[in-house]
This record gives sequence, structure tokens and C-alpha cells, in this order.
Amino acid sequence: MTSFVKPKIRRTNEPLNELGLARADYEGSMSTLCAGCGHDSVTAAIVRAFYELSIPPHRALKISGIGCSSKTTSYFMNDSHGANTVHGRMPSFATGALSANNDLATIGISGDGDSLSIGLGQMAHAMRRNVNMLYMLENNGVYGLTKGQFSASADLGSLPKKGDPNEFSPIDPVAFALSVGATFVARSFSGDRKQLVSLIKAGLKHKGFAMIDVISPCVSFNDHKGSTKSYAHTYEFYSKAVHADYIAPSQEIVAAYDEGEVMPVELHDGGYIQLRKIDADYDPTDRGAAFSRVMASDSANEILTGLLYIDESQPDLHETQNMEALPLNEIPYAELNPGAEALSALQAEFR
Amino acid sequence: MVMKPTDTSNPDYFHKVVDCQWACPAHTPVPNYIRLIAQGRYSDAYMVNRASNVFPGILGRVCDRPCEPACRRTRVEEKPVAICRLKRVAADHRYDIQDRLPKKPAQTNGKKIALIGAGPASFTVANDLAPLGYECTIFEKLDKPGGLMRSNIPAFRLPESVLMEELGYILDMGVELKLGTPVESMSALLKEGYDAVFVGTGAPKGKDLGLPGRQESDDNIHIGIDWLESVAFDHTDKIGEKVLIIGVGNTAMDCCRTSLRLGAKSVKVMARKPRAFFKASEWELEDAEEENVDIIVNHSPKAFVHENGKLTGMLFELMEYDVDAGGKITDQRVVGEEVIPCDDVILAIGQENAFPWIEADAGIEFDKWDVPLVDKTTFESTRKGVFFGGDSAFGPLNIIWAVEHGHQAAISIHNHCRGVPLTDRLPDGIKLSSAKMGMAEWRYSNAFDDSPRRQMQHVELVDRFMKLDTEVELGFSPEQIATEVQRCLNCDVHTVFDPPLCEECDACIDVCPVECLTITPNAETEGELRAALTASDDSVDQDLYVSAPLPLTGRVMIKDENICLHCGLCAERCPTSAWDMKEGVIEIAHAADQRELSEA
Repeated sequence: MTSFVKPKIRRTNEPLNELGLARADYEGSMSTLCAGCGHDSVTAAIVRAFYELSIPPHRALKISGIGCSSKTTSYFMNDSHGANTVHGRMPSFATGALSANNDLATIGISGDGDSLSIGLGQMAHAMRRNVNMLYMLENNGVYGLTKGQFSASADLGSLPKKGDPNEFSPIDPVAFALSVGATFVARSFSGDRKQLVSLIKAGLKHKGFAMIDVISPCVSFNDHKGSTKSYAHTYEFYSKAVHADYIAPSQEIVAAYDEGEVMPVELHDGGYIQLRKIDADYDPTDRGAAFSRVMASDSANEILTGLLYIDESQPDLHETQNMEALPLNEIPYAELNPGAEALSALQAEFR
Repeated sequence: MVMKPTDTSNPDYFHKVVDCQWACPAHTPVPNYIRLIAQGRYSDAYMVNRASNVFPGILGRVCDRPCEPACRRTRVEEKPVAICRLKRVAADHRYDIQDRLPKKPAQTNGKKIALIGAGPASFTVANDLAPLGYECTIFEKLDKPGGLMRSNIPAFRLPESVLMEELGYILDMGVELKLGTPVESMSALLKEGYDAVFVGTGAPKGKDLGLPGRQESDDNIHIGIDWLESVAFDHTDKIGEKVLIIGVGNTAMDCCRTSLRLGAKSVKVMARKPRAFFKASEWELEDAEEENVDIIVNHSPKAFVHENGKLTGMLFELMEYDVDAGGKITDQRVVGEEVIPCDDVILAIGQENAFPWIEADAGIEFDKWDVPLVDKTTFESTRKGVFFGGDSAFGPLNIIWAVEHGHQAAISIHNHCRGVPLTDRLPDGIKLSSAKMGMAEWRYSNAFDDSPRRQMQHVELVDRFMKLDTEVELGFSPEQIATEVQRCLNCDVHTVFDPPLCEECDACIDVCPVECLTITPNAETEGELRAALTASDDSVDQDLYVSAPLPLTGRVMIKDENICLHCGLCAERCPTSAWDMKEGVIEIAHAADQRELSEA
């Protein structure tokens, strides 16, 4: 018998969050991705992060473009708002949605194909405008839905399952994000649940554009020997620079502030991101230092992970543009639409 | 030192995961027969049952069902699978299976076995030994066979035809049954040249209550099991209008329900303690209460009240108890007294062994409570060649234990007669075979069905009191069967992990609906590993599975066997087949299998 449906089962003593919801209440439809896909792990991490933050699912927005990664918005939080948009155009959709309602916890899901080729311009402008969203870039180095052609993040010399090695220089999403002014830049791995959940929570609470580049191996087309995005390769070259924990306003910072190793960054909601530096010399609030550290690890074949750069001081798009703080759907209709006469009066000003 | 990988090659590891089978004294492979019922293979399901528990039709009605409280289903909802009722389904809907039973052998092996008492224990020994050529003779003091299954279990719970049919299967194997033949002297029997003697005489002595007034009102005070026997053999056919039953065990339930059928109008079951301390099974209490029996708690008997030599009531002390958080009584006091009027009292406060026919010099030793000294593995008494089983061995248990004692005693008798040491017994084995049929295809129904337990239909109250032997339970309807079988979680289809194949993609962990899997660095103690579990259950009934180190990171896969629902999604989502679902057949040896041991 085939089932392929994950049953909803309430265990006795199942833990519940502040809203009285169980983790399973944040799940979505059953994944139709290949068994073992890294994206499913990322989905599970997203589920856990939203559950632990006690975000009401109906106060969240999930959006995506096209590709294996973009399918995953169906696989979490069935009760949230969401849309699959046009290939590479998710950032525009997000910008529009957030302009109308800046109150939603917004998560955009994209992949290396969707973000680094057709959507590269879209992503760059969302970053430089500091749109208040978490952007997950599920990075596996190939176009899985079209049977495994190299994407723009494939490393030089990486071997495909069949055919010749990759001959083009890769785009590193982290270096790219740093160069165009993203205010929260992180990298992680689908196989490191603990780190990923912490980063997603911190990214959701960051005000402005947060990008997490997640190495998320493609089991079907890029998990062989010679691939630089396989599970085996990632586990081997994986390295942690900075760990980030989100501390809610209600919680106290437990660890003592110890210069050089633990460092709290205050957030707009009154909470903190507590940075625990595994690499003591590294300062994730210094953009120049972050850039050179990332470039150095790229040439050393090291997969540098953690919260690599954070700048909490920049205004987000909403603030820069003096947009209405109240979501449009909460403004009384008469105020939102003052009528034909008001429109005529406005137009008359320009005659 | 970190935790060693779990040894899953020990058959007990996976056996324990099948909670129902592990809890069954005879280790009936429950999920296996439920799958056969689901496929409409009722006769096959019956035969699978029969191999373990010998009396599926009988036990499908009156088993004490140790399997049901153990059922894994109770971890996700209140009610277990109706295992016992499904056993009855197999029995009710089977075809004639007589040609599949062992035949009477053409020649005997010349060995003679005496079996004393025609109850479930002796019949099981005969069932196991007669096909091997043993000449089995069962001695029974009453003029009908069945032991307590006939004398103590009322016919409205177990119809005589069901009892006789299953006993008949064994008699047809060439077993001699001597009815109305009590064994009055063990010493005399031992001189008759039997190669082995098996005592399966039960615990036939009901306890009495020596309170003031006992002698004076003797006519209306009855010992529960004796009274039930007298009803079963048509010696008693009426009782007073107001009846008190003392005690709340399963015998008390049979007594109160039988009273109602003999004309009692008001029946009260009197309990000394609160409901949490009752000995009766919950379902037997429910069945009695459905028949409007009053169960009255905190009444401790003090005296029998009588007038002019006739019982008129009973005096009780009203009790109050202090119960601690763990449910134990810490203190008790008497807060008053009450006389409850009645015409008859039935005492159902326990029963014990009695062997007035075993002489002190027969070489069979007893302890200070007159319970024989019996080896717990071989069931041999202190006299070589004399074996005990059923209630006669260790005091009152239930039918399914008697069956298991019978199986074990049969192995011992077989060894004894061949001169093989009694302790040379085949160990249990396990045969695992993959349940995979293709991509996400398994040869078991792995989808979780959240249907609640089906309710057994009963005969209307007015109808059931008209005749003493009207069976109350009607059996499951086809719709009920179809739903109930899907409630079984197939715990015997095991999650089997092959660490070298794992590439730590977390797919199994993410898909598990109960989060029973975790990949974590190994630790020194099981406690530390349990603390690392995503979903941890306080209960440590079940083992923690710890894998060998995983190839990529050296971490270990751990699995809490306690909360797994055997849905197979881990294996369905595993890209490398490191997880597989394998059906495990626990190989449990009976006397017939022992042959191989001696020949090997």
C-alpha cells in the first residue's frame, strides 16, 4: 500500500508553543520532492522556527518563484498567506506585498537557479532597498526540475552526473549580498538543523533584508563524487564562524558578555541576536572584514557558515519611503479611497 | 566510553517492539493475524492463532487480553485495537479447518501420558503431544470437559458449542478423555506405569468468609466458583430477589450477571476499596454495569445478619481511605456501619489450589501456602516426570497463561520421554523479510487510520435475560471488521536501519509524524541520548535504538521505539534505503519443533 501522506497525530505530552499550537500545526502538504532532498530539511527547519517563535500562521506570508526550492512553500504552514510567482520575480511581489502590509512575517523561498540567473536583478534590488523579509536561497548548484544542468552557483571544475566539468566562475550569494548592501547575510547547510533554525529565527526578527544561503544538496542530480554541493562534500568542508541565537524581548541574555566571543546585537522589537563567535577574530558587524573573510574561505574551499554579517542600524524600505505603518487593509475604506471628487481635485493640481 | 550500537539480532529486541505479542503469555503474532483478517483470510488467521493459543474461538470471547492494555495504539489515543474481538472474527468466519489440523498418528510411540483435569492446560499438552505419537489420557472428575472454561465461565459469555468444537479438535488427534473419573490418589496413579504425569487441576477451592452468622445462614451463602459450577451443570436454577456479591474480581462479574438470569431483581457487588483497586477487567465491569448491576465501593463486610435461621442481610463497615499521589493507600478508617438487606450472598473473594488427592509421601513438595514447588521454565515438580501447569502450578491466573504453561510442559514431557535434559529448549528466533514492493509500495497497509475503536454490539437486555445461555456479544459486523483491522499499526513490520547506507540527509527525521528519530553525537549513557531526542517520552517501556556511527559525520541515529507508529514513512523517504520496513516473524518453538534439536 502506498500512503505518501504524513498523518497528523497528536502525541500524549506533545509540547505546545505560546499559542497552544504543536509543531505539526505549522506543517503543510506532503512534499513531492525527491526523497532525501535537502529542501525538505530546510522546510522542516522553517516549520520549527515559526513554531518556536509562536508566529500565528495567518500572520505570515510565504512566497516563491519557480523551481524545486520554490515548490516548498506548499510544504509548510498551510494556514499562511502565500503565492508562487513568476520565475525570478518573487522579490518584486514581496516588495509590493510588504508595501501594502509591513506587519506580516515574510519569508521568500528561492533557489540558486531562480535567484542567481533569471532573478539576479530582482534579488539585488530587493537587497539594496532593504525590503523587510527573510530570503531563503536553497543552493544546490543545479537545475533539478530540468534534470540537473549546472546553475550559476556551481563551482569551477565541479563534476556533473554526466558530461564535462563546470567551466564558468560561480556567483557566491553571500559575497554578492554583501556587495549590494544586504543587512543580514548568513550561510548554512540543510544538514545542520540546529544552526539553521537559529538563523531563520534571527532572520525573521531582523528588520530589513535577511538572506540565508543554504547549501541544500540535490540527491538526484548533484550528490555524486566530484560534486561540490553533495552531502559528503558539505559535511567534509563545513566550517562554523558565528552562531546566532535569537533572544526574545521577554527573555534575559543568559551568557555573560564576553568581549570577542559572545556579542549581543539589539533588534527593533527589543529582543537581541546573540552572536557566539567560534572564530574569535571575526567581527560580523564589520562589512569589509566580513567580505574579505568570505573571499578568503572561498579560495580555501572552506564552506563558511553562520551569521556572517549583520547591520541592524539601516532603515527598511517602508521607513525610507515614509510608507503608512498601518496595513492598508486596516485603514478605513473612506480614508483609503476618498472618492472620485478627491481624485479629480488631486488631478487638477497637476493641470 | 560511548554507547554501543544496539544489538538487533537478539530476537527479543524486535519482539518487544510488538507490544501485544510480547504481552501475550503464548506470544500470539497479533498484527500478523489481523493482516490476514484484513485480506479476508479468516481460516489462515485462525490457524496462525491456533498455533500459539490453541483456542482462538474460546479466547476470542473470554481471554483476559493482556495484549490490549499493551497495544501501541494507546500511545496516540485512548482505546487499543479490539484484538480479542478480532480473534473471534477469525474463529467465527473460518471455513472448516479440520483437514489442516494434525491427524491422529498411524502408530503411537508407546509413551503414555496421564493428564489430570480436562481444562485448557491439559488440553494444550495433549494438543502438542498427541500428534507426535504420545498416548494421552485426560482424567476429569466432572462428566463434561472444559475445566473452568465450562464450570466458571457462564454460557452467555462462552457458548458450549464453541467450547466443544475446539476441545473436539484435540480429542480427534487420538486423545482419550475419561469423564467422571476423579484421580483420588497420586500414588496409585504413579504406579500405573505412565511415562509422565501432568497436573492441570486448576485452583478449585473458593475462599470462604468466616464472619459472625456464617454458619447460621449457610443455606443462602454461596462460594462463587462452586455456585457457578452448580449453575453450569444445571444443579441450581434460581436465586433470591436481592443478591449481594462480595468481591470485585472477574468471578464476581460472572456471579452477578448469572444471578440476574436466575431471577434476581436487585444485584449489588460490594467492594471494600475504591474503583481504582478493583481486580475485575474494565470491560467486564462495563458489561455488568450495562445490565444494571450496582457496584458499591468502600463497604467492608462485618457480619451476616439472620433471623430465625434465615439470612436477611449483611452488615458492612463504611470505609474511608487516604490515597497518595502514586495511587497507594496510605491510611484507612471506619466511618460508620450499614446493614444491606438481601436474600442471598455470593462470595467471590478469590480461589486457591487444593490437592487433597496428592499424598504427602508422593515426592511432590509444597510450599507453606500449599502451592506446589514447580520450576518456572520446565514446569516439573520436585518429583521427576510429574509436571504442573495452569492455575494448579502457581495459583489462579487465566486461560491464556494455562495454554502457555501447557506448551512449555509439553516440551518438557517430550524431552523427559526421550532422555533429553529438560533445559535443552530451542531458543526463540526471528525471521526478517523486507516488506518493500516497489516505490512507496509496501505489503502492509501503512497509512495511519484515525478511526476510533468499534463498539461490540450486544443482545438487547430483555432478550438476554430470557435464557441463561443466550450469548450476549453478537460479534463484529463486516463494516466493523473492515475498520477495526485498519486500526492495527502493524508493529511487527519493523524499521530496520543499515548505518553504512545513511547519508544524513535528515529526510526520515523530517517525515516522521511522531518525531521518534534523531541524529546526534553519541554519548556515554542512554539518559544523555534520550535527552537529545526531538520528541521524548517519559516512558522507558521500550528500548532506545542506537545505530553504529554514521559514515559521514560519525554521529549516531537514535530511535525511541516507544513512540514509533510503524507507518514506514522513514523508509519511504529514505533515498538510499538505509531504512527498510521488514516484517519480523518471531519463531517460537513448541514440542513438535524440539524434534529438530535432538536430531541436529
